[in-house]
Amino acid sequence: MIIGVVRESAPGETRVAATPSTVEQLVKLGYDVVVESGAGARASFADEQYVASGAAIGDALGTDIVLGVNAPTKSELNLLRDGTTLIAILQPMFKPEMVEALAKRPITALAMDAVPRISRAQSLDVLSSMANIAGYRAVIEAANVFGRFFTGQITAAGKVPPAKVLVAGVGVAGLAAIGAAGSLGAIVRATDPRPEVAEQVKSLGGEYLSVEAADVEVSATGYAKEMSDDYNTRAAALYAEQCHEVDILITTALIPGRPAPTLITSEMVASMRPGSVIVDMAAANGGNVEGTVPGQAVVTDNGVTILGYTDLPGRLPTQASQLYGTNLVNLLKLMTPEKDGKLVLDFDDVVQRSITVVRHGESTWPPPPVQVTSATPATARPAATQAPEAAKPVSALRRLEPLRRHALVPVVGALLFLLAAFAPREILGHLTVFSLAIVIGYYVIGNVHHALHTPLMSVTNAISGIIVVGALLQIGHGNAGITAVATAAILLASINVFGGFAVTRRMLAMFSRS
Amino acid sequence: MSVETAAASAYLVAALLFILALAGLSRHETAKSGNLFGIAGMVVALVATVALAIDRNIQGVGLGLMVAAVVVGAAIGLQRARVVQMTGMPELIALLHSFVGLAAVLVGWNGYLGVERDLNGGEAQALRSAQTLGIHHAEVFIGVFIGAVTFTGSIVAYLKLSARINSKPLVLPGKNYLNLGALVLFAALTIWFCISPQLWLIIAVTLVALLLGVHLVASIGGGDMPVVVSMLNSYSGWAAAASGFLLENDLLIITGALVGSSGAYLSYIMCKAMNRSFVSVIGGGFGIEAGPAADKDYGEHREMSAEQVAEVLESARSVVITPGYGMAVAQAQYGVAELTRSLRDRGVEVRFGIHPVAGRLPGHMNVLLAEAKVPYDIVLEMDEINDDLADTDVVLVIGANDTVNPAAADDPTSPIAGMPVLRVWEAGQVIIFKRSMASGYAGVQNPLFFRENSAMLFGDAKDRVQDILSALPSPVGQR
Repeated sequence: MIIGVVRESAPGETRVAATPSTVEQLVKLGYDVVVESGAGARASFADEQYVASGAAIGDALGTDIVLGVNAPTKSELNLLRDGTTLIAILQPMFKPEMVEALAKRPITALAMDAVPRISRAQSLDVLSSMANIAGYRAVIEAANVFGRFFTGQITAAGKVPPAKVLVAGVGVAGLAAIGAAGSLGAIVRATDPRPEVAEQVKSLGGEYLSVEAADVEVSATGYAKEMSDDYNTRAAALYAEQCHEVDILITTALIPGRPAPTLITSEMVASMRPGSVIVDMAAANGGNVEGTVPGQAVVTDNGVTILGYTDLPGRLPTQASQLYGTNLVNLLKLMTPEKDGKLVLDFDDVVQRSITVVRHGESTWPPPPVQVTSATPATARPAATQAPEAAKPVSALRRLEPLRRHALVPVVGALLFLLAAFAPREILGHLTVFSLAIVIGYYVIGNVHHALHTPLMSVTNAISGIIVVGALLQIGHGNAGITAVATAAILLASINVFGGFAVTRRMLAMFSRS
Repeated sequence: MSVETAAASAYLVAALLFILALAGLSRHETAKSGNLFGIAGMVVALVATVALAIDRNIQGVGLGLMVAAVVVGAAIGLQRARVVQMTGMPELIALLHSFVGLAAVLVGWNGYLGVERDLNGGEAQALRSAQTLGIHHAEVFIGVFIGAVTFTGSIVAYLKLSARINSKPLVLPGKNYLNLGALVLFAALTIWFCISPQLWLIIAVTLVALLLGVHLVASIGGGDMPVVVSMLNSYSGWAAAASGFLLENDLLIITGALVGSSGAYLSYIMCKAMNRSFVSVIGGGFGIEAGPAADKDYGEHREMSAEQVAEVLESARSVVITPGYGMAVAQAQYGVAELTRSLRDRGVEVRFGIHPVAGRLPGHMNVLLAEAKVPYDIVLEMDEINDDLADTDVVLVIGANDTVNPAAADDPTSPIAGMPVLRVWEAGQVIIFKRSMASGYAGVQNPLFFRENSAMLFGDAKDRVQDILSALPSPVGQR
């Protein structure tokens, strides 16, 4: 089948759905690739590079599989062939009219931004890969506008305090921002309603500021939920306090399918020091900050710059195209099980089902909800409900055990009694010794340190060479046959005794404490 | 005080010394003195026995042969102990077990030659008057049986461990019936022999036991060898105890029972660690269920280069290394120890997490790490480290597979379901040293390799560890 890579027609779009290196991988999957002329120009990929990777330059819209970054325009949509498969960031959850328009054509449409948040689908999660870039770029944009160093320095010309950065919302973008700001030398703090991200913040060198609240929760989709009023008041207090202190504020709070929550009021912005910078990464969905203008940088009366750029990933076009292209390759790998260049849409696969917006001209949106299995607290709860059920048979067994043990004692006791009672007097003494030695052996070994299992075994092995005693008593009492056999036994057992003790000694000598 | 009573008293002292030896071996602080107690006990026992033998008018030739055999045996034993590689320890111990088994068979046969072959001889008459002749028959039989099972079982274990034969479990049709049949046959032959002690009966029982020993161990897979070795250790003890009954020697009985029950308990601990049934281990019937799991799509694994691993390790604050048999095979323990030292010099907290059944011998990994001079107080047991793994930055899995398989915890259909494992996947980053993507001894695919926080480092563990070491820049403050 032929894959077409379109030149993005949306104004300001710098990304492209395939790079020369991802084209190579597509070719390896058995596909022929056609790239529209100039498709990669704005991401610094020349047509020649595509050709060198095995692509042809030509009409990309009339192919079997069309790869794009944005949803097609009406005219582009009409140019698509019947039966073609369109893969792009279609935003079906925000644009129902787009789903309708797509369903009017006899095509299949897959939305890359509808990948469920499950571990297996991570490699195709375009929201993650773009958020990562956006988080990094947000810090770079802030640094660009900010009039000071990020890192604290003591120089001959005086002491420079480090910049303080607050990241609101610790998703992928937030984490990327924490990492980037931290590596520039700033003091980084972060807030998020989900307490479990504290560790992740810490791991990137940031400080987690928690909002003390009773109802911190995670939704079943792995994204943060809209929070209760009580929580919001407390959070607002925290932000108000932090706004006095921080120099850079990066907000990333998004709730799927809803306008972004307002975290920072205009009063808070007014309380910030002149020269401070706010990057509102939720600008496209309404913004987390009062006063944000989507797509623009505005300077408030008190000299605070609010950056509302909505194209942060596109500001790193080469990187964004590479990551998006790899996401697409991973999807196509999933959908090309035979690696023979034939696309197979498997509706039993939850990932493929979730991203399918239109199948053969029929709308399949919205897909059935997918339960996230990898997020920590979301799984903790179902696991907890399962635990009592699983525990039941165990506890039943436990209750059985003492019963059985109690029943066993008289049975074994009776058997031993019978055995001893019918044994001749001579053997009785031996049996006594034997039984007591078994018990001692059990208790002596009871709490042996794990690391000493091997030395213990080799020493017991040496000790079991005591059988030499038996052979020593048999040798040399007139019978040549017995003497010969006993000699052999002594030889074997001696190897054991001497070898066993020597090897134990050698091993024990090696154990040392630091 | 006659020589007889002196010897009996010496035996009592020796038995107590052996108990002290085993007790001493359960802690690091007392382990060395434990071994000395064991040696002392053995010296006391041997001196007393030789004195007893002389008192019983041993012939000059016999005495000469005795001394020669002990000297030759000691020379061979000490030589083996000196040259053995610590990675070859499992094989050596299995081989030594087989010697005990064979010695027990020989002692049993001697019992037969001395008494049963000549039922009108002096020895037999003496036993008859004491009414223990029948018991002697049974003792000979039991001693030979246990000894022969231990002998061939250990030989097979030795061959499997030294990779001279395939370590896959042998699955004969009706294997459990074969084992059961052998036991029933043994019981029948014993009764027959007690009634009429004939030569062919003892030959038959020896053969049955030899075959049973082969079959018991052959049907156990290589991955379960720690339990098998420990079980054979126990068997060798029981063989010694049986000989003690035969020779009416309390020292043999006590020592044999000590070794037998401690070995059995050790095997029981191992079984619990692997979530196996103890009974089925003794019956040699486990390992059959470990068939290859159905092919399942786990997604893709990621690879990392040694340089990348070095970077990750350098920036980590805490590292846990979980070694497995692969480290032993690759002889990577020295490199691992050097890596540990190098990281600790940089202030990285390095610890080891040892699964109870890692390697082919209980405690195998501890011995290897000790050999490479890794301090034992940073080498922790599974239960000690498992809860810390979630706070660990990086886990290095070196040549381990089944012991770190998350399927044991979350996949109830997995053949290793329920086996306690090291929860390495809870750490920030897991790096797995492996030769290829092949499955472990249990034949189960490991979903760990496909987790998003996992990365594979392919190749020989020893070479890769060296690569990492050379990729690590010199620590601050050193050249």
